Amino acid sequence: MTMNLDTNKAEAKPGGPHTLGKVRTHPTQNEALMFEKSAPGKRAYKLPPLDVPAVDFSSCLGKAYRQTPAQLPELSEIEIIRHFTRLSTWNYAIDLGMYPLGSCTMKYNPRVNEFVARIEGLAEAHPYRPESLAQGILEIYDLLQRCLLEITGMDAITLQPAAGAHGEFTGILLTRAWHESQGNPRTKILVPDSAHGTNPATAAIVGYTVENIKSNADGGIDLEGLARQVDENTAALMLTNPSTLGVFEDEIHKIADILHAKGALLYMDGANMNALVGKVRPGDFGVDVMHLNLHKTFSTPHGGGGPGSGPVACKKFLEPFLPIPVLVRDEYGAKHCTDAGDWEDTNAEPTADGCPPLFRAPVLKPDGERVGDSEPMPLHPLGGRLRWEYNRPHSVGRVRAFYGNTGMFIRALAYILANGPDGLRQTTEDAVLNANYIRKKLEDLYELPYKTPSMHEVVFSDRRQAAHGVKTGDIAKRLIDYGFHPYTVSFPLIVHGALMIEPTESESREELDLFVEAMRSIAREAEENPELVKTAPHSTRVSRLDEVQAARKPILRWKPEKQ
Amino acid sequence: MPYPKDYRYTREHEWISVDGAIGSIGITDYAQSSLGDIVYVDAPKVGDAVTANATFGSVESVKAVSDLFSPVSGKVTAVNEELKTAPDQINQDAHGTWIIKVELSNPAELNNLLDATAYEAFIAEETGS
Repeated sequence: MTMNLDTNKAEAKPGGPHTLGKVRTHPTQNEALMFEKSAPGKRAYKLPPLDVPAVDFSSCLGKAYRQTPAQLPELSEIEIIRHFTRLSTWNYAIDLGMYPLGSCTMKYNPRVNEFVARIEGLAEAHPYRPESLAQGILEIYDLLQRCLLEITGMDAITLQPAAGAHGEFTGILLTRAWHESQGNPRTKILVPDSAHGTNPATAAIVGYTVENIKSNADGGIDLEGLARQVDENTAALMLTNPSTLGVFEDEIHKIADILHAKGALLYMDGANMNALVGKVRPGDFGVDVMHLNLHKTFSTPHGGGGPGSGPVACKKFLEPFLPIPVLVRDEYGAKHCTDAGDWEDTNAEPTADGCPPLFRAPVLKPDGERVGDSEPMPLHPLGGRLRWEYNRPHSVGRVRAFYGNTGMFIRALAYILANGPDGLRQTTEDAVLNANYIRKKLEDLYELPYKTPSMHEVVFSDRRQAAHGVKTGDIAKRLIDYGFHPYTVSFPLIVHGALMIEPTESESREELDLFVEAMRSIAREAEENPELVKTAPHSTRVSRLDEVQAARKPILRWKPEKQ
Repeated sequence: MPYPKDYRYTREHEWISVDGAIGSIGITDYAQSSLGDIVYVDAPKVGDAVTANATFGSVESVKAVSDLFSPVSGKVTAVNEELKTAPDQINQDAHGTWIIKVELSNPAELNNLLDATAYEAFIAEETGS
């Protein structure tokens, strides 16, 4: 899209850079579109002379043959490289500094994850590879599934959903399928007023009406109100725990009891699992079905480096409804890999310890020549062989191509194994400690609407700054001038003018102190010089964008000027 | 911003102004100022049925999408087409900009709504001021 960017200040000076024939300021201050930089005849490639018979495209393609060439940009290779490299420097990333977006868990994406995900055998694995040759990848799925079940305390899981909202959708599909199997799909789903907007959207898409639950003074669920609202038409309650206020529902087991007494299910939005891992397990406090966000809690990237991932875990009674295919392990079916790449039984019976030592890996010389087989070794402590099961008559069906976003599973598993149980528990403790450190350091300057103890994030309101005309959005923009990504603005909706801050465990005390200092400085500016904050950011390539015009009259594509 | 005395209000911040059997429905000034700049209004079609306390559409602002709750039950007789291209009219004049007109099927429902004084007291309580 074309934007009218502010010309930078250096250019406004007399005798600006263009009189020198060379720009004085860094060229990344502005960047034209590739279409605008195009010049006829430029190429980023040169093909060798044609050494096969030429083909007449128009006779092959008939009507589909295009008479006028496509208006593609014409650029040299280095111009393309520079274009994208310059654009990349405009981005803000967790690798550049703190990214305190509440509810998003923007934690560091460890390099070991990336290393493992790029190992050739994993990165190049093809989803159509025969199961017998894909046992390595399947073992990764299986181990990740078992780790996530251990962490959540649930019984069964699917890794298919592509991200959090997709996980919600899958989880509520399971809920509906189960109610249908009981003879009545029911009509409504309860959603607290502090919920992520995706919760009511999910319920509506799966065909339920949404009923709101008002939060009580502590930001939690009012048990008596809930008991009045739950009835025989209630399919489920969708609850985020800790809530979007960063508050733990300490009566969650009673909430579960109220629902279960009426035959309704408890769905947990696992977006805030970063406050629970290694401490409590949703499966132990009454949750029936939940999703996880691997791109939040388990350190896989949010976009850029890869897609999201939203596994759904459930209790045993929901397992028959899981999306197909389901990964299953055939007991004692360990096989031997033949030269042709097939698997054959070499010992169908378990050994005395129940675990046949059956796998012989090919031993190769450096040039790849096979010189023999290794000693027999267990493929896996569980033995057996993994395969996809499609014959699941009660399944809600497939929700994603293949088995979801495999690259994320590898990264999440690398994170889990690198940290280990104690390490994961410590990340939870550090995430909560960091949020409370920020709360303590800022609560004298920023209004704290809910005094309940904070978990992994803290929510302030702009009430005191608003008295000077400075709103949460202005403070967020000013934060950019201090080198930080803004926190989450105006969410949750139940807090007027919310500032939602989630530092995650990734940040050191030094970085947290810089953030606190920036926030305290902005609070001072809001009193002494509110205009400075209301017109921020000032240090950026472009000044404040017109969000309203962008939403009302978006320019979604570039069009060539009429010639 | 004064709240017109002849309007009735919901706790979800809609107003209704009744003329004979037809009620015009919009959102309050408090609602528009909390939402901020409105960029899109999703309204039902003429002929659709609306139910008291149930959603009949949504308004989208730069900040959030909010459901619209109908103050009354009835059938939609008109939809404000101007809002398709100029949703900001609601920001400029919330009480003068109707979103839909409804033929009331049960005028007694109006008795469940707040009058201007009660609504002002309600929002004062809601903002804690």
